[in-house]
Amino acid sequence: MTHQVDRRGALECMLWAGTGMLWVLSGGVPRSLGLGSAVAAELPKGAFTFLQISDSHIGFNKPVNPNPLATLQEAIAKIKAMRVKPTFMLHTGDITHLSKDMEFNDADQAIKASGLTTFYVPGEHDVIDEGSGKAYLQRYGKGAKGAGWHSFDQNGIHFIGLVNVVNLKSGGLGNLGNEQLEWLEDDVKSLSASTPIVVFAHIPLWTVYPEWGWGTEDGTRALGYLKRFGSVTVLNGHIHQIMQKVEGNVTFHTARSTAFPQPEPGKAKSPGPMAVPAGDLGKYLGVTDVKFAKVNTPLAIMDSTLAGT
Amino acid sequence: MHKRTALAPFGGATKPDRAPLRIAVAWVLLMLMAPAPTHPQPAAAVETEVEITIDNFTFTPAVITIEPGTIVKWLNRDDIPHMVVAKSLTFKSKALDTDDSFLHKFNEVGEVDYFCSLHPHMTGRVIVRPRSG
Repeated sequence: MTHQVDRRGALECMLWAGTGMLWVLSGGVPRSLGLGSAVAAELPKGAFTFLQISDSHIGFNKPVNPNPLATLQEAIAKIKAMRVKPTFMLHTGDITHLSKDMEFNDADQAIKASGLTTFYVPGEHDVIDEGSGKAYLQRYGKGAKGAGWHSFDQNGIHFIGLVNVVNLKSGGLGNLGNEQLEWLEDDVKSLSASTPIVVFAHIPLWTVYPEWGWGTEDGTRALGYLKRFGSVTVLNGHIHQIMQKVEGNVTFHTARSTAFPQPEPGKAKSPGPMAVPAGDLGKYLGVTDVKFAKVNTPLAIMDSTLAGT
Repeated sequence: MHKRTALAPFGGATKPDRAPLRIAVAWVLLMLMAPAPTHPQPAAAVETEVEITIDNFTFTPAVITIEPGTIVKWLNRDDIPHMVVAKSLTFKSKALDTDDSFLHKFNEVGEVDYFCSLHPHMTGRVIVRPRSG
């Protein structure tokens, strides 16, 4: 994998919004890449790639985007048209807007059309049914623990889906809770330090902007259990925009929404939906694709927008 | 803050069996035969209702002081759903979508902290003080 995200590439990424993100893992370090065919063509043969989509908010109906199902379907159509077929897809939560059965059904049908196996974690909008998350667990909780946390292995990478949207405390941020953290500690105990780790959860595990609740109260404890690993990639949603940060061996990345953008931290009165000029919505929505190749270059993460820029 | 009239609740049995009916008829007859009370009770009580709005992920006013028996109404005017949950978990709304509201009556004197369980950085406080005078 030779493609690096240079400044221009990064700026292009910033213009993409709303489809999802393609990730390439190279030498155990993830990098995001665009979904465009030019970048896909640069991938080494047999590269392991996976996709991240997030924050579909099916059921949202406000003027910012009155039809998030259509923008999700558009994202899925882009994914299906990719020259490189990702191995699977992650959805980092807020599948629905109000946890209604019909919203879950619509999202499910749209996502299944991708033909990709999809792994989920819930967002806070997915656990506001009468049963406080039962609707989500009935659909996606098979084999999961607690409120839906789980792990699996693929191509030598250990993937961990965490839930940080339940039992939130007054005045606090996202919350993992002791039971889940003990499970995490046990889950990674027997892994060698050279195992690449990919953690995915809805609310950022790192503190992005606590004034808007963008962070996880006990995220530091989770990261503490992972600090001995040579490569840790943390994929989140929730904030409807791309942010990346590297801290030691840990790469943090947040994905765009397929439904509507949110403002940059502190640049609006609240983190509510951000209105954009008519016709420009596709530039703010996106998907993420990750590629993994066993060479000594970083894992590639590629963001792309519905507008295809 | 405004006043509203609270109506007395209606009974709810839809399929009464005969025994309670006979008891009820006997009770009505007994009441008709009894002398009229010299100080009849008012048919309806007046309750106070205060409104807290949710705009831009903020409860406004964030702190309110009310008297016991006051009904507090939270109205969500955001494009995003919110919930209203007592920190002590003594009450909890369902998810409030845009323009949805939640009512809770505060009977006990004291301070009640609450928050949005979806966005827990949103917090507020209701202070219930005894009636003056």
